[in-house]
Amino acid sequence: MSERLTLAGVACVRGGRLLFEGLSLTLAPGAAAMVRGPNGTGKSSLLRLAAGLLRPAAGTVDRQDAALSDEHLALDERLRLGDALSFWAKDVDAGIAAMGLEALARVPVRMLSTGQRKRAALARVVASKAPLWLLDEPANGLDADGLARLEAAMAAHRAAGGAILAASHQPLALDGAQIVTLG
Amino acid sequence: MIGLILRELRLAATGGAAALPLVFFLLVATLFPFAVGPDGPLLARTGGGALWMAALLAALLPVDRLIEPDRASGVLDQLFLKGISEESIAFAKLAGHWLSFGPPLMLAAIPAAALMKLPPEVLIRVEIGLLIGTPGLAALTLGVSALTAGLRRGGALAGLLMLPLAVPLLIFGAGLVERGNEGGALQLLGAVSLLLVAGAPFVAGAAIRAGRD
Repeated sequence: MSERLTLAGVACVRGGRLLFEGLSLTLAPGAAAMVRGPNGTGKSSLLRLAAGLLRPAAGTVDRQDAALSDEHLALDERLRLGDALSFWAKDVDAGIAAMGLEALARVPVRMLSTGQRKRAALARVVASKAPLWLLDEPANGLDADGLARLEAAMAAHRAAGGAILAASHQPLALDGAQIVTLG
Repeated sequence: MIGLILRELRLAATGGAAALPLVFFLLVATLFPFAVGPDGPLLARTGGGALWMAALLAALLPVDRLIEPDRASGVLDQLFLKGISEESIAFAKLAGHWLSFGPPLMLAAIPAAALMKLPPEVLIRVEIGLLIGTPGLAALTLGVSALTAGLRRGGALAGLLMLPLAVPLLIFGAGLVERGNEGGALQLLGAVSLLLVAGAPFVAGAAIRAGRD
């Protein structure tokens, strides 16, 4: 199977409420999809379904190795950023360089600001070298430079054959991305 | 797996998290003679059981730091994405937790036994009991920690869940101290501990998975 992600007839039920059903999506190498919809329509749930963290109420999910960036940073607060990232990936330098975090590599994670934490989470995704990126609100809290770096990293990832499934309220440059509308 | 165990040890070492149960254990051992009086024979007769009670209560302390911080910060989700099963995570946490809890507790039992005026042959029985029993205690802590992760006021519930389950360990552990290996207390302690160690990773793994919904 060369598809990075295949969702077939997926339905999601949360807290007894049907969020969406019959959702099908295929991401080939280099492809991208943008999930849109109002708050509470299941954008984050769709990403967690694609990751395998939630089980679909119906349908099947098939994916290659994935990296997820959501509201949780998942880095040890007491460690320096570089050391915390190296728990997750061998090649942390690529992630640190892509998100412009060189000056912060020796700063403890707990000292980082909101935007810096978002950059750190994205650096973890870049460093993972996973073929599929699942990005939940990746542009939240990023400044103009951070946003430009994110878009450059996403373009490079797709050029190298990776695929991206993103959910964002902010405008995000994803050329030729499929639009998945929920709600 | 090795990396996960090392991470657990590092987390236990930072911020004095591992020292807390030890200090608690020694504190109980110090207070006990004040409560029952300085009567040597009485202390020696009851001290072994008191040490087991202290060990049990000390095992309860790390229950809120084993699983919940990693669940809340998304570490458990990221480990799943790395393809590591929840059971493997739980086993690594069990191994890391026991290493930071069991052997230090056995060391702390030496001064504690002196405070209780326990004779050397009784101290040896305490140490053998702790060596066999602390993996079971660590497994209980891990299982209850996973079951209560994400609950508000999980700590109080954890005590109610864990202490009754620890009764067999307490009976056979204290029995071993008091009467030696009469009636196979050592084997029964080992059997209970083994059962808990074998079961806890699966209970904790299932609890972590269920906690995602």
